[in-house]
Amino acid sequence: MTIEELEERAASEQQRQAEFKKRVLTCTAAGCVSCGAGKVVGHFRAQVKERNLAKEVEVVETGCMGLCGSGPLVRVAPDETMYKNVDLEAAHQIFDEHVVGGKPVAAYAVDPKMPFFTRQVKVVLENCGRIDAEKIEASMAAGGYEALARALTEMKPEEVIEEVRKAGLRGRGGAGYPTGLKWSIVRKAQGDQKYVVCNADEGDPGAFMDRSVLEGDPHRVLEGMAIAGYATGASQGYIYIRAEYPLAIERLKTAIKQAERAGLLGNRIMDSALSFRIDLRIGAGAFVCGEETALMRSIQGRRGRPRPRPPYPSEKGLWGMPTLINNVETYANIAPIIRNGSAWFAAMGTPKSPGTKVFALAGKICNTGLIEVPMGVPLREIIEEIGGGTPEGTTFKAAQTGGPSGGCIPAEHLDLPVDYESLQLVGSIMGSGGMIVMDSTSNMVDVAKFFMDFSVDESCGKCVPCRSGTKQIALLLEKIRSGQATPDDLALLEELCVMVKETSLCGLGQSAPNPVLSTLRFFRKEYVDLLIPKLVYEPHEA
Amino acid sequence: MPVITFTINGVPVSGQQSESILEIARQHDIRIPTLCHLDGLSDVGACRLCLMEIEGTSKLLPACSTYPSENMVVRTDTDKLKRYRRTIIELLAAEGNHQCAVCVVNNNCELQNLAYEVGLEHVRAQYLFPKKELDATHPDYIIDRNRCVLCTRCVRVCHEVEGAHVWDIANRGINCEIVADMNQPWGTSESCTSCGKCVLVCPVGALIEKGATVSEMEKHRAFLPYIMTARTKQEWIARAIEED
Repeated sequence: MTIEELEERAASEQQRQAEFKKRVLTCTAAGCVSCGAGKVVGHFRAQVKERNLAKEVEVVETGCMGLCGSGPLVRVAPDETMYKNVDLEAAHQIFDEHVVGGKPVAAYAVDPKMPFFTRQVKVVLENCGRIDAEKIEASMAAGGYEALARALTEMKPEEVIEEVRKAGLRGRGGAGYPTGLKWSIVRKAQGDQKYVVCNADEGDPGAFMDRSVLEGDPHRVLEGMAIAGYATGASQGYIYIRAEYPLAIERLKTAIKQAERAGLLGNRIMDSALSFRIDLRIGAGAFVCGEETALMRSIQGRRGRPRPRPPYPSEKGLWGMPTLINNVETYANIAPIIRNGSAWFAAMGTPKSPGTKVFALAGKICNTGLIEVPMGVPLREIIEEIGGGTPEGTTFKAAQTGGPSGGCIPAEHLDLPVDYESLQLVGSIMGSGGMIVMDSTSNMVDVAKFFMDFSVDESCGKCVPCRSGTKQIALLLEKIRSGQATPDDLALLEELCVMVKETSLCGLGQSAPNPVLSTLRFFRKEYVDLLIPKLVYEPHEA
Repeated sequence: MPVITFTINGVPVSGQQSESILEIARQHDIRIPTLCHLDGLSDVGACRLCLMEIEGTSKLLPACSTYPSENMVVRTDTDKLKRYRRTIIELLAAEGNHQCAVCVVNNNCELQNLAYEVGLEHVRAQYLFPKKELDATHPDYIIDRNRCVLCTRCVRVCHEVEGAHVWDIANRGINCEIVADMNQPWGTSESCTSCGKCVLVCPVGALIEKGATVSEMEKHRAFLPYIMTARTKQEWIARAIEED
């Protein structure tokens, strides 16, 4: 495929879409499917057939539209009316009154002016919920593979890396390592073969950003990986994705096949010298396989256990060869950076953390769902405006970011800008973007216990502090919860937390005590209130 | 290969870049406690006893799998590290069933010696009293998984030196255990050559010979230099298991 052919296919798809009077888009990502989106789509399809409207109305299945808590979601184009909680009855009404009649149904419509939509800036999610995720033409019509074409024809690999570096993009997997720097290390590393790996082993409880991107716009990730392959000199890519995401796996498989057929993956991509294959590797559900050294071992078909770093994967990775490992969201940012230029990207967010970040809002919050905001927005804006605050009658208590590796941010830090450094200052981390909101009904010791039990379950058992230390911490938390602990137990708990954090082998163990440490820091009283007071011997005066 | 000079605990030392800091420390008679490390086997950095502080690095790194650079300032004897080492031994003691008085390797046990060395006087952590399986199906040896410290020396010696790869790890986290072949009784294993290397490298009383009673079981490590020779001469049967 040449650039001209790519443009041609994009134009003909745009033309095709424009010919429909109405296009009914239904979110069929995991969240909406679980509350009945399949039936809604079936109803629309049946209606189109029954009324013989196939030439005027197109029914499209898309990825996530964001407002996951109010699914199933339906969008009617071209007037962009969005409907929530669409059951069969609502679907019937929408089809009758809006699609055929041309009059929006106010009862189910979502207010497009609500802060949930107006406060978001969509870069990664720009096509999510707007295009058919299973058609490569839909992606092309929205500008897909334009960046790859430009990189291959107009830019040298070094220039691509320079552009990513100048954009200031940082790894979206959690640690925030500068992406451009990582790419240039892999480019310069010596090796007969290099690999590009996409980490889609999203395992944090309450996080679903990567899944939504892969379900909604898989071609964007493939394009980002192909550009990375071109920039680093790799010819083989792997997407390591967990088996718990069957829909994302299905859509990725379809996308890879389509891209290969279109000559956008495989040998001599777009008639250039670049050859780049992408294969899927399915994880079996171990959380630790999201740690890069364990992930690589798992790709190689071995038990997923981390190893000490250095050597880092960029130097010695898969089969001892230089390997680039980035997160789904990082790759999803690449195409827009190449398309719009680094200056455009760097202008968003903060100087140290440019760009946007996708968060999965969950927990005790009105608007549960997937959001994308510029880096550095105050937490308050995310919780109170975009999220719509906590449910009626309760007040905000804390937000948990970073999953089992992160911490809780209490109400007094609500004005904290959400970026890598600020979150670290208050003892939490950015993580991959899960944000669980807790209100006044949540008990913080329970929260800490929940995450610690998760870490105990998910520890691989290789190093002593993580294997045995997390278990002891969980036992102490249980002791505190059941009201049988003394102040000495609390002291031991703190000591063990610091020790596990400092001595564990990989990131899982090093961050496992964070939920306990941060709740101890901000909600110590809740722990102390549960302790048995220390018995003090007071001799009677003679 | 360039020779590098740096300091460990203030003592100037020298070594080659290909030597781990642990090896260099030992050449200079600087004691760093270890458990999962065994000369001749690949290093996994799992027990975390050999952790050290390096000036300019915020993370603690294991001496067994960290390599020196010029003018590095290494400390292995700070109060913090000593405290962490004691806690690690304490966690190990609480994790398994380590009743020295009735153990076959009493007085010949590396865990016991380490406990003396780090000054473990009592265990504050909760004893877990595991009920893992004891396997005595092998004609000559026994594995008592309740005494296992999961150092994986047996896994490595079997894979890297004997080349049989009988042992591997099953489950994860606190439920990890060493299993023979596809988790079957050791006695029925067809890959086991009954060479006994795993029994000899086991630092504790988890892998033992039959017929030994309390305090009788001494591990004869005299063969270990042969492993070293095999390693330096590249007489390997299989690639090192931890090598990537």
